[in-house]
Amino acid sequence: MAGSSSEYIPHHLTHLTVGEGFWSFHADTLIMTAILGVAFLWMFGAVARKATTGVPGKFQAFVELVVEFVDGQIKEVFHGDRSFLAPLALTIFVLVIFMNTMDLIPIDIPGMLAGTAGAHYWRVLPTADANTTFAMSLTVLLLVIGYSFKAKGVGGYIHELFAAPFGSHPLLWLPNFALNIVELLAKPVSLAMRLFGNMYAGELVFMLIALLGFAWAGALHDGNILGFALGFIGQVLLTAGWGIFHILIILLQAFIFMVLTVVYISMAHEHH
Amino acid sequence: MDINATLIGQALGFLVLVWFTWKFIWPPLLGAIEERQKKIADGLAAADRGQKDLEQAKNKASEIVREARDKAVQVVDQAHKRSGELIDEAKHTAVAEGERLVTAARAEVVTEAGRARDGLRREVATLALTGAERLLGREVDSRVHADLLEQLAAEIERA
Repeated sequence: MAGSSSEYIPHHLTHLTVGEGFWSFHADTLIMTAILGVAFLWMFGAVARKATTGVPGKFQAFVELVVEFVDGQIKEVFHGDRSFLAPLALTIFVLVIFMNTMDLIPIDIPGMLAGTAGAHYWRVLPTADANTTFAMSLTVLLLVIGYSFKAKGVGGYIHELFAAPFGSHPLLWLPNFALNIVELLAKPVSLAMRLFGNMYAGELVFMLIALLGFAWAGALHDGNILGFALGFIGQVLLTAGWGIFHILIILLQAFIFMVLTVVYISMAHEHH
Repeated sequence: MDINATLIGQALGFLVLVWFTWKFIWPPLLGAIEERQKKIADGLAAADRGQKDLEQAKNKASEIVREARDKAVQVVDQAHKRSGELIDEAKHTAVAEGERLVTAARAEVVTEAGRARDGLRREVATLALTGAERLLGREVDSRVHADLLEQLAAEIERA
């Protein structure tokens, strides 16, 4: 553990960074995302390759459950060809779950492991890095624009940017455009900030609970048995409780990200 | 929240994941699911059909059993009737045969009686002739006295 509690939290909130300024990379975020992405592809790819139409194994049944759940969610919102949107939603859903789940790993263990490998910092939770959430939400924004072009044509969509919602009078072009840009940008910002904020806050709460470790260690050092017991039991109970509650947040945030993506794209897809 | 080039890397990685899922993971999985759904639907329909077939077969079987039972009853009835007829016939035959035997026996008796009477008459005639010869003291010429003898014989016969 890093020195004192005042150093503990900043330490845990520092990325393993390569490079300077904008052109720097968070190696921990990138590597964790790569590992989890490959895990997702391997897990679902293995099932997809061996998928039987007969009686499925437990693992295949589970994967199919996820696939059918995602497909069912999209079916409700999006009326059109799901052959691209459904895999997109599945990727978002499962990948975000995988990334969020990293938050349940006891927060000091990844840092310790990275430390033995020579890295001084290691944030294990990619979704608590705004780069990750914005990367996904901006990709979604590009897809929204792409779907708009596909549904309305490039000219039609640009016309709509200037002519809706107030009307096509030339004086209204600028207000229309400004409102549409705000609306368009609000989508990725809300998507990314919601996920980032939830996971960052969740991670922070785990860190605060971990601070109890300093408290009971100090109490033990001073011979304060009551303080030690309260601190120790408190840390165990709070870690477990917050962890269990966090499982809900992990799934819920992944679900929200997926559903909102589908909603945004289906809004873009619909003709006005 | 410090935004840097990590964003670009994450976005590209995300796109690769989406592309891979789109191309290689989603189609076989959904295909398998849909095919299984079809199989299950077919299976359920087949089960329904089987149920219906079973019902029909059961009805048919019970009908056949009922028919068989009716037929059996008929056969038994017929057999009863036939056996009664046979017994009646046999009785008739036996009665007729008995009557025939009685008649034949009676005819035999009559014949036998006639034969015995003939024998007796002849003996009586002979005795009478012998008696007459003794009385007359000479031989009676049966050719000469044929008429007399005949008359005597007829008288004995009448007696």
